[in-house]
Amino acid sequence: MKKSKILDALNKFIDGDFKITTKRKPKPERRVSTHHEPTFKERWRIWHDTKASDFFKTAYKVSSVVICLTIISILLITVSFLPEYGNPNNPANNEVSKRYIEKGLEETGAVNIVCGMILDYRAFDTFGESHVLFTAAAGVMLLMKKDKKGKEKTENFSPKRDIIVKNVAKFIIPFLLIFGIYIVLNGHISPGGGFSGGAIMGASLILFSSAFGYTKINKVITEQFTKFVIFFSLLFYACAKGYSFFTGANHLPTGIPLGEAGAILSSGLILPLNIAVGLIVTCTMYSFYSLFTKGEI
Amino acid sequence: MGPNLLSNYYETASMILFGIGFTTLFMQPNLIKKVIGFDIMDSSVCLFLAAKGYVEGRLAPIVVDGVTDMSAYINPVPAGLVLTGIVVSVSVTAVSLSLIQKLYKEYHTLDMDEIMEMIKKEGD
Repeated sequence: MKKSKILDALNKFIDGDFKITTKRKPKPERRVSTHHEPTFKERWRIWHDTKASDFFKTAYKVSSVVICLTIISILLITVSFLPEYGNPNNPANNEVSKRYIEKGLEETGAVNIVCGMILDYRAFDTFGESHVLFTAAAGVMLLMKKDKKGKEKTENFSPKRDIIVKNVAKFIIPFLLIFGIYIVLNGHISPGGGFSGGAIMGASLILFSSAFGYTKINKVITEQFTKFVIFFSLLFYACAKGYSFFTGANHLPTGIPLGEAGAILSSGLILPLNIAVGLIVTCTMYSFYSLFTKGEI
Repeated sequence: MGPNLLSNYYETASMILFGIGFTTLFMQPNLIKKVIGFDIMDSSVCLFLAAKGYVEGRLAPIVVDGVTDMSAYINPVPAGLVLTGIVVSVSVTAVSLSLIQKLYKEYHTLDMDEIMEMIKKEGD
């Protein structure tokens, strides 16, 4: 291009039209005339279309590093002013925990004070937790359930039925289930309870379904079955604790004998409530797994 | 700075973990890694609560030999709070992972920025 232009100019120079070529440079005029055109908005738009994304990416990274460091330093400064770790005179060890420890065994009959606290004094809190689990399972079911149209088209996630997994599962699953049931039933006299025991039982069901396939586990645990179990456990829990609305929120005396402390059949309603919570957690854990892998229970 | 930063080492560790989780949540464009950062934050809060309930030289709150004296057991209240926190964290993780799986099926990527650009293009 440049060469041809120069050649053009040379030709014109030779022809004697040199003046015209020199007049062909109205640059200063143009600058004056277009000086008003790129307003701030337009320049902003050009910059926004070309360079803004890189700028915002770096600005985002820098500002997030600054924010994270600020938050960590604020939290660490706060921790440095907190009362000393493990000191018995800390304000956290106040009359609330004193009341739970000193009267818990007498009033609820549960040797495990935490279990007596969460299933008797604050049973509605645990009721809400079970509902959180139920709502999460319902939400996952809404999101992950396959359409009936694409049922035959999408391929199932099917784990390879390895012979080692099969034999180990055959050996280990009964013990896992029995251990989970033990933890649920002994929730009020030893560490454990409905949530941890239910998680163990759900894990054993997940191991079973990944070792032996869905067709075998679907003979017992179907969608109908899980819905039924969760619904009736929640209904039982609501009935067992809901009467306190009608007695002026005074739900501690149940009328059920508390029994001897340390025996399995003791502490009133805590054992059936533990079983209900354990069933809810088991079904929820298994339904999470099968919904994520298969798209249905 | 106060005097108890090093003697409260459990709380310090939990706050550093919280910062790690928060930074992961902010800086990673991958959605699965964001969920992992969220879970680290959850665990750090649980560690903080458990550390606040501990009292030096006392037992877990399970009655031994019929002794019901406050000077024998640690604080049982944070244990109940941690239980609630674990349940809520499990539920939140499950729902967010299912949302992420839906997004992946729609856009075939896990990168947050790419998904945002695709959504912007669809809107135009």
